[in-house]
Amino acid sequence: MIVETIAFYVFAAVAVLSALLVVGNRNPVYSVLFLILTFFNVAALFVLIGAEFLAMMLVVVYVGAVAVLFLFVVMMLDINFVELRQGFVRYLPVGAVVGVILAAELIFVMTGTGLGTAAPSAPTPAIDQVTNTEALGNIMYTQYFYLFQVAGLVLLVAMMGAIVLTHRERIGVRRQRIGDQVLRDRSSVELTKVKTGQGASGGVK
Amino acid sequence: MNSFIDLNLGLARPEIFLAIAALALLVIGVSLGDRHTRIVAWASVASLVVAIVLAITDSADGLAFHGLFVADDFARFAKVLSFGAAALAIIMSLDYAEREGMARFELPLLMLLASLGMALMISANDLISLYVGLELQSLALYVVAAIRRDTVKSTEAGLKYFVLGALSSGMLLYGSSLIYGFTGSTSFSVLAASLSGEASLGLIVGIAFLCAGLAFKVSAVPFHMWTPDVYEGAPTPITAFFAAAPKVAAITLFARVLVGPFGDLVAQWQQIIIFISVASMILGAVAAIGQKNIKRLMAYSSIGNVGYALVGLASGTQEGVSGLLIYMSIYVVMTIGAFAVILAMRRRGEAVEQISDLAGLSRTQPGLAAALAIFMFSMAGIPPFAGFFGKWFVFLAAIQAGLNVVAVIGVLASVVSAFYYIRIIKVMFFDEPAEAFDRVTPTLRLVLIGTVFVISFGFIAGAPFFDLSDSAASVLFAE
Repeated sequence: MIVETIAFYVFAAVAVLSALLVVGNRNPVYSVLFLILTFFNVAALFVLIGAEFLAMMLVVVYVGAVAVLFLFVVMMLDINFVELRQGFVRYLPVGAVVGVILAAELIFVMTGTGLGTAAPSAPTPAIDQVTNTEALGNIMYTQYFYLFQVAGLVLLVAMMGAIVLTHRERIGVRRQRIGDQVLRDRSSVELTKVKTGQGASGGVK
Repeated sequence: MNSFIDLNLGLARPEIFLAIAALALLVIGVSLGDRHTRIVAWASVASLVVAIVLAITDSADGLAFHGLFVADDFARFAKVLSFGAAALAIIMSLDYAEREGMARFELPLLMLLASLGMALMISANDLISLYVGLELQSLALYVVAAIRRDTVKSTEAGLKYFVLGALSSGMLLYGSSLIYGFTGSTSFSVLAASLSGEASLGLIVGIAFLCAGLAFKVSAVPFHMWTPDVYEGAPTPITAFFAAAPKVAAITLFARVLVGPFGDLVAQWQQIIIFISVASMILGAVAAIGQKNIKRLMAYSSIGNVGYALVGLASGTQEGVSGLLIYMSIYVVMTIGAFAVILAMRRRGEAVEQISDLAGLSRTQPGLAAALAIFMFSMAGIPPFAGFFGKWFVFLAAIQAGLNVVAVIGVLASVVSAFYYIRIIKVMFFDEPAEAFDRVTPTLRLVLIGTVFVISFGFIAGAPFFDLSDSAASVLFAE
């Protein structure tokens, strides 16, 4: 128990600290690296509360894909981060208001006042009976199988749309014609053994 | 308990067929290339026809996919209507796409996938399935609006539609999240069973946001701003598609959401619907007067028509929803017909779309002029054309529900709108003739003859059709 508590405080403290450094750092590459550190610590927190599937997803999706994408953007594109930072003080009041509203909502939810639900929501299966992955799989591929399929169709439409709206047939491009390549017979090529030091022309004569 | 049979896949036969057909046609289209767009387009039309047949022949009701999907008479009625409209729009887009050099096999496929999205919307029985169906449909529509990516107007239409559509999706999602937060469920069945007369403030705000999102999709005032620009900018057959099929899907979804899970809260949402329907009727009538471009005129006309259809929903009764279904059926036929005439407006190979271009059409092409005149009389609500009966049933339902003021405003708005509908007839029959249009293509001619026939003689088949719409509407009110 005590080990868990210590682990929680360590991971939580590092997560908060590195999150602050993400916004506070001058060098954007460092910011992205601190973001990755934050993700790892949050993943560890997920493991602590028994959500191992979410933890793995966080590492695979966010660290493996999103953070690397960020890193690419930061390093490949010429973005002036000093310029982006200007006006920070000017927008601070607006940001503070949004932050206060969010904090108020969190407190509102945590104290649980004012939310009278009319219908009972579906019970969550007990954690010692079903593993995370199994429970999520049950929801995704059994109960919400239909939504999963339709979401796939939506993605298909998105892909078709991107191709329809941006793909242009380029004229005069030399393409590989696999059929011709495979059907080529021996008469169209000449294979010669080349002796060391003589070169191709020396061998044929 | 979690067996495959529990999914009840049989209830979703039209949708499953459409999804597989779209995927198969995509592969065929990619391997054949853009030169064979015609094959893909006709195959898409054929799949829609098969889907209609599947929808009609299957009369089993029930829930599928663990309660996320519902099949009933109401859904079948709306599906047949929107599939039919989509099929006609694909047929009309064929000649146009070839003449304008925008023939791409993806166009009919995206329209097919949009129709699939509409079917999923119509059959939604959960807030999440509502949203994914809506997004499937909308995403395909954004792309087809911008399909002529080299013209400024089309890309502008696509971008505008996309940005405002994303905004409305956000509102819809926010509303859904509030409803979930204050009730604890997203399922329509659970919501219908657990909600009764009293509603918490959060739930009402949620319903209001949900209504705002859906009102955007049906282009009702005050969420109509995108309509004229998108309708004008998108290629004409695409505009015909926008004005017909998605409207049916969105408005039936509107009716299913409000009458189904929130049926007991009718006093709460009735005011919202009354306001947007009255505002749409008035704006549709007044703003169309000054229009010179016939596509913009049709955009305002469709805003007005949605207002009339929503009068049926505002009454909140079975007669009202039945009237809404009748109104939308007639509206779809009128709209497809009117757009077929607009598509026929070509001079020396160039499409023209000003109302003044129609001058003297009765002398150069009497058939075309007569067809447009019939559609305009029908939209103005003049008997014996079908449009009159659509208005009759929604206003009758409103008066029976005690909404006399709404009905009176509706009648006055339709008198105002008759002014611009009949002005078109005046331009065609009494103005000096302009140069004649090009010959009408055979497919368009066929569409025109069919729609004129339905609008002029549809009242003969009235009684069985009203029974059909009534039994469809009764599903929503069955407890």
